[in-house]
Amino acid sequence: MAAARTFRVLPGFNLTLGYTLGYMSLLILIPLAAVFLKTTELTWGEFIDVVTAPQVVATYKLSFGASLLAAAINAVFGLMLAWALVRYSFPGKKIVDALVDLPFALPTAVAGIALTALYAKNGWLGQYLEPIGIKVAFTPLGVLVALVFIGLPFVVRTVQPILEDLDTELEEAATCLGAQRWQTFRHVILPILLPALMTGFALAFARAVGEYGSVIFIAGNLPYVSEITPLMIITKLEQYDYRGATAIASVMLLFSFTLLLIINGLQAWTAKRTGRDR
Amino acid sequence: MKLKSLVAGLLANALVAGSAAAASVSILNVSYDPTRELYQEYNSAFARYWKGKTGDDVSIKQSHGGSGKQARAVIDGLEADVVTLALAYDIDAIAQESRNKLLVPDWQKRLPHNSSPYTSTIVFLVKKGNPKGIKDWDDLIKPGVEVITPNPKTSGGARWNYLAAWGYALKKYGSEAKALEYVKTLLQHVPVLDPGARGSTNTFVQRGIGDVLLAWENEAFLSINELGPDKFEIVVPSVSILAEPPVTVVNGVTEKRGTTKVATAYLEYLYSAEGQKIAAKNYYRPIKPELADAKDVARFPKVNLFDIGFLGGWQAAQKKHFSDGGTFDQVYGRK
Repeated sequence: MAAARTFRVLPGFNLTLGYTLGYMSLLILIPLAAVFLKTTELTWGEFIDVVTAPQVVATYKLSFGASLLAAAINAVFGLMLAWALVRYSFPGKKIVDALVDLPFALPTAVAGIALTALYAKNGWLGQYLEPIGIKVAFTPLGVLVALVFIGLPFVVRTVQPILEDLDTELEEAATCLGAQRWQTFRHVILPILLPALMTGFALAFARAVGEYGSVIFIAGNLPYVSEITPLMIITKLEQYDYRGATAIASVMLLFSFTLLLIINGLQAWTAKRTGRDR
Repeated sequence: MKLKSLVAGLLANALVAGSAAAASVSILNVSYDPTRELYQEYNSAFARYWKGKTGDDVSIKQSHGGSGKQARAVIDGLEADVVTLALAYDIDAIAQESRNKLLVPDWQKRLPHNSSPYTSTIVFLVKKGNPKGIKDWDDLIKPGVEVITPNPKTSGGARWNYLAAWGYALKKYGSEAKALEYVKTLLQHVPVLDPGARGSTNTFVQRGIGDVLLAWENEAFLSINELGPDKFEIVVPSVSILAEPPVTVVNGVTEKRGTTKVATAYLEYLYSAEGQKIAAKNYYRPIKPELADAKDVARFPKVNLFDIGFLGGWQAAQKKHFSDGGTFDQVYGRK
């Protein structure tokens, strides 16, 4: 009997599957289910009123807009950074490589306070930016800066290993076959990197949507101008409005989940198109 | 087998903990941010007093954070023997929300002076020399003056600030429409709304943003203490609000833990000469100034104070000003 089973490297498939499901439920599904359950204490009409209040809608626009933009910026510059780190060697490269992870490790409040100190009108950068009309701290632009900061490692760290595996011979072959630099990048390198790049983008985006600590210090938190959705949730909580808070949270969850699903779908599609699905 | 030893270990733990509780008692005081120094000093004073009176050792654990956040923690099950929060509204929430009957609804009548052994008020902190010449509430809405205050929706301290401004305008102009106009203008002078009072203090003191910080008097004194009197000074407005941070025993917890007696004594002792002295020393206005040191009391200038009753009590004020659609929302909503 035992011999008829398919051979697996690690034993205990049932055990690990059970463990995975249990672990997922305990850490992710049950807390999230609790959010939705609490929301159901509201009637449908009340729910709609809470989640479509103009002030709340303004925060969706800022939170999701800034997060998408920040993830896009990170996708471009994170790719460049990863490229530089993989393909070139320069003095202090190890240090730069380690620095990339810093936004992961730094308490977000510290990041927020540091960025605010930098960009406030009397800060190191702010004192030069403000006179030429660029206000960063306490504006939506400040929110974007904070989100770019915390999202950077996601793109670099997902793209880097793929780049390391990428043989330079592929590029040489392309060049030998007469490809221009841009063509090599566009038709050889980018398709290989795209799935990883999109994963990085999705991670950076997801992190940015939920970010509270760093943003709150630099945002200014003015109603209709620079309030993020997580702050709305805190605001509801401070009024002991648990149901309102979970209502907004569930809208955020649905939004994020849908967007992540789309991104994952796109990723699978590009992987298939480039024949790299495994 | 492993399970057995685990259970044995747990039992041993419980036994140790149990015997420790018999020899000494510990209570948890859940408080808000700027009382840290006050209660550090008070706790050791009370432990001495309690040891002398009963022979028992009492150790008091402290928890500090934003007032609303602390109240939610208690509602959600943090076993606080006593709560000492920034405003009655937060303790009301504990009495109302919890299913476990933590508090009686009229908790605030159990101790003298609305259960507030010390009070404070809202003052202005300005840069040394008062470069913008800020003297009273009207100066805050002069062109070019930036005011720093936290968001009243998320900060208990900010609610006192907002109500102080509202009360001033209501007293001066005599109508609510005018008061609304005043706070609307005032909020246009606020460049950043931090979610908590400590954040606002940072913005003003560390970042150097704004000309005036609206702050609790005790926080203003603490800031000056920490940063040196050569950087900031306190301006006391003509009229302000009497901020009463109340204290109460959380019966639901103490009855279960058998700490009602010590927890009650802990709060009552705040009204004693020693308690009042420590409060005054830590920049809270003692409710019985005659018991505190005269030189500490002399630091508090006379202010024309109105209390929350002038605005209809906390429940009414919260509903009118800070609930969704309240005056604060109206001020920002009218575009």
